[in-house]
Amino acid sequence: MRSLVRFSAEGEGFVPPSSNDFNLPPIFGDNAYTTKPILLVGLSVILISVFFLLSSRKAAIVPSKFQFAGESVYAFVRNDLARDVIGHEFMRFVPYLFTLFTFILTNNIFGIVPFLQFPAMSHVSFPYVLAIFTFVIFHYVGIRKQGIGKYVKEIMFMPGVPKAAYVLLTPIEIVTFFLTRPLTLSLRLFANMFAGHLLLLVFILGGDHLLKGVIGLKLISPFAFAFGIGLTFFEFMVQCLQAYIFTLLTALYIAGALADEH
Amino acid sequence: MLTSVILAAAEEAPNPLIPHTAELVVGAIAFTLLFLVMKSRVVPMFEKAFAARTEAIQGGIEKAEKAQLAAQTALAQYTEQLSKAREEAQVLREEARVQGAAIIEDLRTKAQEEAARITAAAHASIEAERQQAVTSLRTEVGALAVELASKIVGESLADQARQSRIVDRFLDDLEKSK
Repeated sequence: MRSLVRFSAEGEGFVPPSSNDFNLPPIFGDNAYTTKPILLVGLSVILISVFFLLSSRKAAIVPSKFQFAGESVYAFVRNDLARDVIGHEFMRFVPYLFTLFTFILTNNIFGIVPFLQFPAMSHVSFPYVLAIFTFVIFHYVGIRKQGIGKYVKEIMFMPGVPKAAYVLLTPIEIVTFFLTRPLTLSLRLFANMFAGHLLLLVFILGGDHLLKGVIGLKLISPFAFAFGIGLTFFEFMVQCLQAYIFTLLTALYIAGALADEH
Repeated sequence: MLTSVILAAAEEAPNPLIPHTAELVVGAIAFTLLFLVMKSRVVPMFEKAFAARTEAIQGGIEKAEKAQLAAQTALAQYTEQLSKAREEAQVLREEARVQGAAIIEDLRTKAQEEAARITAAAHASIEAERQQAVTSLRTEVGALAVELASKIVGESLADQARQSRIVDRFLDDLEKSK
């Protein structure tokens, strides 16, 4: 679309970045598996694996700085997310939550890493996959824990509520558990990364465009770049926060499925 | 023209909410691989480190508690021994004081007795010598006086009884004149 509009407008006006800027062509030939986000996701798996394998290799009582760095991330997910939210059964879910957190965090941060500069989670397919995993896991956990009959019954007919309220509550609960939760989980992550990347594009491309303009516009251009840099820091915060929220909500859903009454 | 651009754009720009098959597949595989790595290697190793650390700290605490207990026992023992020793020393000191006093008393008594004995002996000896002197004086003075008197009066006073009478009379006069 950008090229098209540019062509039609003969390069006069500024073309704001759009969702089309997220459609990156395959890097190697026509292979659909070599687009930038896919390669980034692959890279993230390699980077995370290597980092944590090396960090945890020695498992020393007195950790090196490197081991301490890996341990800090692990301890954060293990203690502050898994243990504090799920309770005494938390250890079963630590590997999943830890993978989730590091995977999302790394792919988000790719959005502001120089040369990579693309958050893979701004492609909705990846958040979908993660939300499906979480969806399957928390329902599976609930069914295993309480039996399918009791689990479904508790979702449909929340205990401790007057019978008449079920007319309203039951549809809401069903929608919540089977539609809203996985959908909001994935869309929240996707939309944040998408919007954040778009925002950076606006300021950086805008600054670039201003630089090509008349002298007055050239003077404004540094402000656009400065804003872009400021927003990069802001993005870093959002990227960490979104990884945290996704993991936290997954832990909360698991905790809810484990609890006898939710 | 504008409409055609928009139409073309709408035609070309895909809905960002529609997932791509390739990305779904790669996302699922990549995440699963990472999960397997984490579950099989990373999490167990970190847990091992945590457990070892907890154990080390707990072991250290237990050891410290044991050491402290031993130290406290030893301290109590030493304190007890010390107080016992103090009591013992006190008793010994008291005994020594009493004994010392007794010894001094004893010695003083002995010394006094000795002094009394020496004084008495001296008195006796002095008395005896005085008696002896008196006796010898009496004899000698009598003889001298008689000799003198006989020389003076020219009278023979060889007769023992007379002599003695005269001396006694003389001595009596002497004592009277005193």
